[in-house]
Amino acid sequence: MKYNKYLNSEGKLYRKENTVYFMDTKGKKTPIPVEKIYALYCYKEVSFTSSVVILLAKYNIPIHYFGRYGNYVGTFYPKGENYSGKVIVQQSENYLNSDKRHYIAKEFVKGSILNISKNLSRYKLDYDKEKYITALQKVNRITDIMNVEALMRNDYYNNFDNIFKNFKYEKRSRRPPENEINALISFGNSLLYSTVISEIFNTHLNPSVSYLHEPYERRYSLALDIADVFKPIFVDRLIFNLVNKKIINENHFEKDLNSCLLNDEGRAIFLSKYNERLQKTIKHRKLNRNVSYQRLLRLECYKLEKHIMGIEQYEPFVIWW
Amino acid sequence: MKKTNIDFEKELNKLNVRGIEINYYFICKTKLFLFMNNMGLEKNHENVELGKLLHETSYRSNKDKEVIINKIAIDFIKKNKKEDFIEIHEVKKSDKMELADYYQILYYIYYLKKLGIESKGVINYPNQNKKKEITLNDENIKNLIPVIQEIEKIRNSNLIIPPKKKKYCKKCAYYEFCFS
Repeated sequence: MKYNKYLNSEGKLYRKENTVYFMDTKGKKTPIPVEKIYALYCYKEVSFTSSVVILLAKYNIPIHYFGRYGNYVGTFYPKGENYSGKVIVQQSENYLNSDKRHYIAKEFVKGSILNISKNLSRYKLDYDKEKYITALQKVNRITDIMNVEALMRNDYYNNFDNIFKNFKYEKRSRRPPENEINALISFGNSLLYSTVISEIFNTHLNPSVSYLHEPYERRYSLALDIADVFKPIFVDRLIFNLVNKKIINENHFEKDLNSCLLNDEGRAIFLSKYNERLQKTIKHRKLNRNVSYQRLLRLECYKLEKHIMGIEQYEPFVIWW
Repeated sequence: MKKTNIDFEKELNKLNVRGIEINYYFICKTKLFLFMNNMGLEKNHENVELGKLLHETSYRSNKDKEVIINKIAIDFIKKNKKEDFIEIHEVKKSDKMELADYYQILYYIYYLKKLGIESKGVINYPNQNKKKEITLNDENIKNLIPVIQEIEKIRNSNLIIPPKKKKYCKKCAYYEFCFS
C-alpha cells in the first residue's frame, strides 16, 4: 500500500543510489522508500536536486507545495499526463453544451448537499436537503446553481456553532482565516484539493476543464468541482473529531491581529490524522472490494470520465455509513 | 527492388493493429475499446507490473528482447539454426487467457510473413514451466483475418462498448474503472 509523505520541516531532498533521503536543518536524515510513496506534500521550504526529480519521475510521484498559510502553491508533476485526445474533446463538449454542463454541475452540488445532510444528521441537526435539491432542479444557469450551492453551504455552516464545543465558528472567513475553525477548514480544503489533483492526473481527464467552477477560476478547476463533493466527508468530519475530542486545542494555533493559523505542531497533527483518514478502508458496495478513502476520489474521476464518454451516467458519491 | 519496397509499405499500412489489441479483443471488448481510445489504465497496476517484471527477469540470456517492427513488439526472437527459421517468443504470466495469447502470436507470425519472413511462434509460461508452439496455416489465417477487420472497425467507429461483468474481471487493471 502506497502512502502520502508529508514534509513539515525545512530541509532538502537528495538521492543516494535509488533512495531519496530527507535531511532537515539539524542534519537528521530520513530515508524515503520511493516505491512506497504516492505523493509528497511540502509545508516548509524543501529543496531538491535534479537526480531526485529523475527518480521521482520514474515512479510517477508528484510533489505538492504549500505556502505559509497552508495555501496550495503548486505541484511538480513528472510527465504524468496520460491524456487521451478523445477524452479531452468529450470533456470540452460537455462543458460547451450548456445542458450537459448543467447536469454535471448540478450533480456535484447534489453530492455536496447529500453528504452535508449526512454530516448534520449525525449530530441530530435538521437540514432541509429536499429544499435545496428541488431548488437545484428548477434553475438552469450556472450562476443560479452556484447560488443554491452558496445558500445551502451557508445553512450548513450556520449549524457549526451547535457542533463545536470548544471553539466558536461565527462566520466563514478566508485569506486569512480569522479564528480556529476557519483556519482548520481552509487548511483542510486546500489539502483535499491537492489530493484530488493527484488523482485526476492518474486518469485521462484534463484538470483544467471543469463544470461547476469556471475553467479560468484556477489552473486545476476540475479538482475544485470534485473536492466539493468530498469536503464534508474528508475535511469537515475530521475537524469535528479533532476539535470535539480536544486532539487540537488552543495551543496549536498562531494568532495575529486578525488572522489565525495552525502552528507547526497543529499542522503535524492535522496531517497525520488526515492521512489516517485517507488510508482507512471501506467495503465498496459496487466493487465488492475494500477501497481506501483516497481511492474513492479516483473512482469518482473514473465515473466522471465514463459519463463524458457516454458509457455510464454520473452520479455523485454519497456516503452510506 | 524498389517496387517491392512500396508493396511492403502498402501491406503494412493495412495492418494497423497492435499485438496487444488482438490479445484484448479476445479478453474483453470494453478493454479494447478503452485502450484504443488512449484510455489505457495499465500504469501502476499491480498485476501489470508483475507481468513487466516477469518479462525483465525471465530469459535474461537472450539478447534480442523487445523487437519492435512498426506496430508489433515481439518479446524475444531466437534463431533455429538446425532448420533455419526464426522463432518468435511471447512471455505470459499464466495460461488463463490461452486463446488470446494464441491469436496474438499468430498475428505476429502473419505480420512477419507479410514482410517475407517465415517464422514459428512459441508462448512461454515460465511460472508454470510450460510452452506452446504455434505455426501458421491456411485454416488459422482464415480465422485471424476477420479478427483484424473487426478491430479496425472498432477503431474507426464511434462505437461505445459498455462493460459487462465476467468472472475474471476482478484481476483486470480496468476493473475499478468499469464497475465504480
